Amino acid sequence: MKNGKFWSWVMFALGVVYFLGPLLATLQFSLSIRRDGYSLDAYRNVFVSPAFQTSFIYSLLIGVATIVVGLLIVVPAAYFVRLRAPQLRPIIEFVTLLPLIIPPIILVFGYIRLYSSTSILPLTTTNVGTNFLLILAYVALALPYMYRAVDTGLRTIDVQTLTEAANILGANTLTILLQVIFPNILVAVLSGAFLTLAIVVGEFTIASLLNVQVFGVYMQNIGANRAFEPAALAVISFVITWGAMGMIQLLARFAPKTARI
Amino acid sequence: MSNNTDTLVENIAAPASAGVAPASGGPLRAFAGVRWGDYLGVAPFLIFAILFLIVPTLFLIIGAFQASDGSFTLQNIVDLGTPQIVSSFWISIRVSAASAVFGAFFGLLIALAVIRGRLPPAVRSAVLTFSGVASNFAGIPLAFAFIATLGRLGIMTVMLKYVGVDIYRSGFNILSFWGLTLTYCYFQIPLMILIIAPAIDGLKKEWNEAAATLGASNTQFWQYIGLPVLFPNLLGTLSLLFANAFGAIATAYALTGSSLNIVPILLYAQIRGDVLNNPGLGAALALGMIVITAVANVLYLVIRTRAERWLK
Repeated sequence: MKNGKFWSWVMFALGVVYFLGPLLATLQFSLSIRRDGYSLDAYRNVFVSPAFQTSFIYSLLIGVATIVVGLLIVVPAAYFVRLRAPQLRPIIEFVTLLPLIIPPIILVFGYIRLYSSTSILPLTTTNVGTNFLLILAYVALALPYMYRAVDTGLRTIDVQTLTEAANILGANTLTILLQVIFPNILVAVLSGAFLTLAIVVGEFTIASLLNVQVFGVYMQNIGANRAFEPAALAVISFVITWGAMGMIQLLARFAPKTARI
Repeated sequence: MSNNTDTLVENIAAPASAGVAPASGGPLRAFAGVRWGDYLGVAPFLIFAILFLIVPTLFLIIGAFQASDGSFTLQNIVDLGTPQIVSSFWISIRVSAASAVFGAFFGLLIALAVIRGRLPPAVRSAVLTFSGVASNFAGIPLAFAFIATLGRLGIMTVMLKYVGVDIYRSGFNILSFWGLTLTYCYFQIPLMILIIAPAIDGLKKEWNEAAATLGASNTQFWQYIGLPVLFPNLLGTLSLLFANAFGAIATAYALTGSSLNIVPILLYAQIRGDVLNNPGLGAALALGMIVITAVANVLYLVIRTRAERWLK
């Protein structure tokens, strides 16, 4: 079947052109800011700009906060569902799917309506409140990925035996969660964390509607006002996404192989 | 499975299948028999879900049926029929459908080529890894990349002009329906590859051999066995891709500003500055979006559960 193989290569090549073409073109575009040849000026303009620095660091911080809050919500829930309350699983799983069904713009629209100045819980009126709302919105976005990652991690360890052993040694539930369960699912948790970071850093819709100056909002601003810097930002973003995904791949190699099904 | 990103997507894509005890009775029955202490562990999750997922969405849905004085009305729903809103739904549906169809078609062909096409195994794993990255490479940077490539001054546009093909003179515009569709395919095709790859893996070698033993040609195999088995999956993924494109806004916003009036961009403008001059109508617009993405997603989940029959 030489013929079939030939067409497979053709299809693959078409894919390569479509997917690598824009990346290479963007790279070249980002280097073409000067008329007299390639230069890294567009990147330098981005990196030295205070707006970039503050918004990027801000986004990273929000991302880390999202991961922490997300884990605080997800790990106990996944643990209890697996160990003691399996009958809640369908409900919890349904909830983790909701963020895939409700588009982010709907979510933030609901937040703005519900938590504005006139409500019982006026979160959007203060800076702290708005950041809190942004983090929770991002937890919602990351919920499906985070929950799956943690649940997959829990599936590979013997939760029951570990819990009983720790119980016999006199550990309470909090100690078990923090010192027994969490370290054992760390690899799975980290891969969920990197995926979360890839989703959160660069998010635009929610942050923009909550008026928070994060990296995504900064990028949109630059896109409206500059020519070459956006291309540089696209390259930087692609490298970040690639880095996050690469970390997940790398972590997969450290995942425990003795899965208990 | 060597690739963790696609298992992640796989895991999400296949919700209530693996290791789920069938729910007995209604949702409330599930809460019975949970010991009080165990609620403490699940409580933060449930409180979060209620306050930041369910109530805000319900609030919008209720708002769609409220007049400005708070009384019940269907006027907002009726007002969705204004030409501006109808046309924005129509553009959104067309872009989402086109990018879903093209994404599914080319995604399937590429996945078949790298998985069943006897290409070196390294090609397969490279494609799946790249798909994990590209399916997450959406939003503002994606728009920048396509502007740098196929914008009026983009590298590809200039290069094509150099060899005598002026794509902008022949009607192409990155800020148009086709431009947006082409851009959306950049995350739709990889998503298709990630979701359909396990299904293609599920097509057993034995079926091929059995068909060949009975004298079937390769074409006949695909016509009578391969595609029919994959068909539910294809259909399901198609609706998932549709929903995926329908809710997306950042790419379109950075690419076209407000020149292409898709529903999320109209809603964005409405949230920003009440461009429709009617908060209730904004909620109705949101309701329209929720209904469309929910139907598409539920369709996907239902079809998916049925499709798994053959692919164990």
